[in-house]
Amino acid sequence: MGIFSPITALANPARFSAFSARALPWLSGVTALMMALGLYLGLVVAPADYQQGETVRIMFLHVPSAWLGMMGYTVMAAASLGVLIWRHPLADVAAKAAAPLGAAFTFLALATGSLWGKPMWGTYWVWDARLTSFLILFLMYLGLMALRSAIDEPSRAAKACAILTLVGSINIPIIKFSVEWWNTLHQPASVLKMGKPAMDPSILTPLLVNALAFTLLFVTLHLAAMRTELVRRRLRTLRITTASAAPAFAPEPAE
Amino acid sequence: MIGPLRAMLMRDLALASGGSAGLGLVFFLLVVTLTPFAVGPDLALLARIGPAILWLGALLATLLGLDRLLQADHEDGGLDLMYLASAPLELMVGAKILAHWLTTCLPLVIAAPLFGAMLDVGPTTSLRVALALLIGTPALACLGAVGAALTVGLRRGGLLAPVLILPLAIPVLIFGVAACDATRDDFAPLGVLGGLALGYAVLGPVAAAGALKLLRD
Repeated sequence: MGIFSPITALANPARFSAFSARALPWLSGVTALMMALGLYLGLVVAPADYQQGETVRIMFLHVPSAWLGMMGYTVMAAASLGVLIWRHPLADVAAKAAAPLGAAFTFLALATGSLWGKPMWGTYWVWDARLTSFLILFLMYLGLMALRSAIDEPSRAAKACAILTLVGSINIPIIKFSVEWWNTLHQPASVLKMGKPAMDPSILTPLLVNALAFTLLFVTLHLAAMRTELVRRRLRTLRITTASAAPAFAPEPAE
Repeated sequence: MIGPLRAMLMRDLALASGGSAGLGLVFFLLVVTLTPFAVGPDLALLARIGPAILWLGALLATLLGLDRLLQADHEDGGLDLMYLASAPLELMVGAKILAHWLTTCLPLVIAAPLFGAMLDVGPTTSLRVALALLIGTPALACLGAVGAALTVGLRRGGLLAPVLILPLAIPVLIFGVAACDATRDDFAPLGVLGGLALGYAVLGPVAAAGALKLLRD
């Protein structure tokens, strides 16, 4: 149990609330500092690419967003296991809070990718294997959010979304493989093939700083969203208990 | 254990023979009919994209019956009897999927070469399309069952199941269309399609039954 004990201790919603209330201001501060440093390094310090020019700077936003889009789904899959195996309410709060975040970062990755594609490929959208896989990931996020919003009762929504998340996570490698295979089958001639030169430290360092800053941003937003969700659920329970207590005293409303 | 499964299968087949089975076929024909209006009546172009049209039409047609696949049983109490049956729920769902496939998907497979002729798809390619659909549609039916199980009892479930399922069906579509390519000598895409069908034949009933058990109220 050794390494898990801090995590299991936090699984108590009240303790989690107290912990996140203390951690959030610090996390927000560190995130803001890291974001400022990352953007400064990426937009000012890093040199322009000899081939891509200034557009290479889009990469400092694009790569971390793509990474977080994938991490969001991983967080959701792990939380879904928590929902189905341990039936823990906090696991579902984590899964629910991660979905819009993951979708937003996946969308950012798609948007920055297509903005980068305009000067590089001459068009905003190319049915490139990676872009297409991300589009499918984005659609899967939207499907999950649609399923959650369609089910009124939180505990039912939690189980349904957990099953869909796990079915999706089984499918993601299959989809990725299929899309890559499909892409080699219909290789469009216009796609500029990027070579894979060793990345220069002047590019790599800002990229890593940005990746760290974006990850911190995700963690901060996720914690804040989880706190909001906990409050929202407490409010819902309160409203239901007051509503179920009220009719005993109030007369039936006229039809 | 065989008894309840056979009863389930026979019941669903008997229910489907009431007339709803042909609806998917008509929808498939409509998709094939609409395409020339969208891309123009150029037979050379239609022949080239024919397998893709047939696959898209079949894929959309398999979605048609999904909203009733488990919802009807949820409403009339049949689902509660399925929980109580002596056979595992996974196999009961499997029997339902088989009945759904026989009534909705098999007619599409049989009609595909006929509709292929309307798109000037050659006889060899038409048969390949039918073969690919024969292997691929069970995978679609199994995925569809997961969507149907997740949306059981929802007021707005009708459109939701296709939205959840279609992104997951993309590998089946990719390899299904690739398997129709008459210029390929090897059967590699067909093999992958078969693998997908077998994988989803396990995943579909297990995930659908899991969802039904967890969401049972």
